[in-house]
Amino acid sequence: MAHATANAEAGRSDEIMVDLQRVNKWYGDFHVLKDVSLTVRRGERIVVCGPSGSGKSTLIRCINRLEEHQQGRILVENIELTNDVKNIEMIRREVGMVFQSFNLFPHLTVLENCTLAPLWVRKMPQREAAAVAMKFLERVRIPEQAEKYPGQLSGGQQQRVAIARSLCMMPQVMLFDEPTSALDPEMIKEVLDVMVELAHEGMTMICVTHEMGFAKSVADNVVFMDQGEIVEMAPPAEFFTNPRSDRTKAFLSQILAH
Amino acid sequence: MAREGLGQSAATASSGVVWWRNPTIRGVIAQVVVVVLLVAVVWYLVHNTITNLNERSIRTGFSFLDQEAGFAIGEALIAFAPTDTYGRALLVGLLNTLRVSLIGIVLATLLGVVIGIARLSSNWLVAKLASVYVEVTRNIPLLLQLFFWYTIVTQLLPAVREALEPVPGVVLSKSGLQFPIVVGDPTHLPVLGVLALSIVAAFVYRRHAYRRQRETGQEPRLLWPMLAIICLPALAVFLVTGAPLELDVPEFTRFNYRGGASVTPEFLALLLGLSIYTAGFIAEIVRSGILAVPWGQTEAAAALGFRRGLQLRLIVLPQALRIIVPPTTSNYLNLTKNSSLAVAIGYPDLVSVGNTTLNQTGQAIECISIMMAIYLTISLLISAFMNWYNRRIALVER
Ligand SMILES: Nc1ncnc2c1ncn2[C@@H]1O[C@H](COP(=O)(O)OP(=O)(O)OP(=O)(O)O)[C@@H](O)[C@H]1O
Ligand SMILES: [Mg+2]
Repeated sequence: MAHATANAEAGRSDEIMVDLQRVNKWYGDFHVLKDVSLTVRRGERIVVCGPSGSGKSTLIRCINRLEEHQQGRILVENIELTNDVKNIEMIRREVGMVFQSFNLFPHLTVLENCTLAPLWVRKMPQREAAAVAMKFLERVRIPEQAEKYPGQLSGGQQQRVAIARSLCMMPQVMLFDEPTSALDPEMIKEVLDVMVELAHEGMTMICVTHEMGFAKSVADNVVFMDQGEIVEMAPPAEFFTNPRSDRTKAFLSQILAH
Repeated sequence: MAREGLGQSAATASSGVVWWRNPTIRGVIAQVVVVVLLVAVVWYLVHNTITNLNERSIRTGFSFLDQEAGFAIGEALIAFAPTDTYGRALLVGLLNTLRVSLIGIVLATLLGVVIGIARLSSNWLVAKLASVYVEVTRNIPLLLQLFFWYTIVTQLLPAVREALEPVPGVVLSKSGLQFPIVVGDPTHLPVLGVLALSIVAAFVYRRHAYRRQRETGQEPRLLWPMLAIICLPALAVFLVTGAPLELDVPEFTRFNYRGGASVTPEFLALLLGLSIYTAGFIAEIVRSGILAVPWGQTEAAAALGFRRGLQLRLIVLPQALRIIVPPTTSNYLNLTKNSSLAVAIGYPDLVSVGNTTLNQTGQAIECISIMMAIYLTISLLISAFMNWYNRRIALVER
């Protein structure tokens, strides 16, 4: 407990939130995840990067069982992911996810998008769910759009609603899969700003992104993946200035050239 | 300046634009011309026809409806004898059309939904069988399918003597399908009354359950409580009144089965043909409707922790239904109109009876207009109902 308080300022603790132990996954014959191990503590911010097809999406989608791993163990808040449906639903309640393509529910208003899961999954009364939803819509700075439908919003606004929708479930961990890749350049910043704020509030985050500025300013650790393996993991200062592996160097020189 | 003419009419018309270039005035003139032409054509046709009919001294008007029909009708939902009027004969035909269409719509929907979902099954054999069903039923002309089912029913089924009895009391043979029915009893009336009230009560309960969810967050349990509310009181009344249940079961007498209720081979063949054919189309609509909802929607719902049933009910189905309902409406209309093919296998539907009436009276124009007016009315009613349903589910989106 002693050094937990030492870290409290940054929202960090030694409590392990997500633990991947030698996870392996295949698509048919194709080995997508090779012995991946990763430990994420409460309040820690991890940025995952790597070339296209390296298995980044697959990795974070295994954490909430949108994909099934075949070997190794995945624990979220010390609950192991098994085939037990109840177990999976319990973990999904604690793990929020933001997709590249937003995936808002087009037949529901912004507010309904945000209250649906608290109402049906958390079994929260409507009034309370609406209050929580408005709180998070304010946090992502679009409370005035609450009554609109997703189709009436810009991409950046939709992605911020998607973040609010996840936060309404009060998750312990947030997963982001390239949340800004589908956005026009001028909208990327408004989404990143929200994510930076979230990071400063101490949310545990695992974020697949190529926004290196974001990685430098908020990440505790940057993970580099290539061909299904975690090649390198280091704090951003070290990762960007002094990468150890050649593959990382090659990747960085490519991405920073842009 | 020139652009304003599109939106503003009177103002710009008076402010210098020549009147024949004003789009509003042009629109009005075009409509007047169309109406005048239409009236002229209709008047010409009607006048011509009446003159021709008069020359050949053929009667006109609808007075024939009150005359004695003089022909028998194979099956009727209301009593009908050859001494009854043409009007009543047409009513019998209409009721027969409605009967086969309504039951057909229900069967086609049930079968179509099952086959459509089966095509999406991850079980290879189930999916394959369903797609064979769809391809076969959609690609063979309906008339041929009707002949096929009629042949099966009248030729391949055993004679009455060796009738099939798949379930005791249900008899299937060349002469149709016979099945047991409950003999009416005066105490059944209160049971039915209680049943009707219970159905209302069940929906009141449903509203209450949703309100309770909004207030306390408790998830509404609907299926079993609603079933219980509907069934238990009626069952209680039924038992209290002494459970008077007498079944009229078909029984084999010297030559055939007597008792119970029966449907003719013609009705059976028409019903099978129409339902099975239309189900093929509905299956495709259901399948494409479900596939049209992006997989990302299911994933987002799963990531939020919804269990499978809720993912479908709250997120996938509402979106799929909007795609499914409009084309399903036109298939309902098709089924109803296709039921007029009954004439080919001798089921006395509206067209069949109307045709006989036409041949006997010679009043072709009247008979055909009656039939057209009736089909138009039925179709408009179905459309109106389905549009109402569609509006209920298709809330604004953008
Ligand atoms: N359902 C699937 N079936 C077969 N192969 C798949 C499937 N999903 C992904 N893959 C393959 O697995 C590999 C890793 O995919 P993944 O989506 O995790 O990559 P990624 O690192 O997220 O790439 P990107 O930057 O393009 O999003 C890719 O080569 C991809 O082709
Ligand atoms: Mg990816």
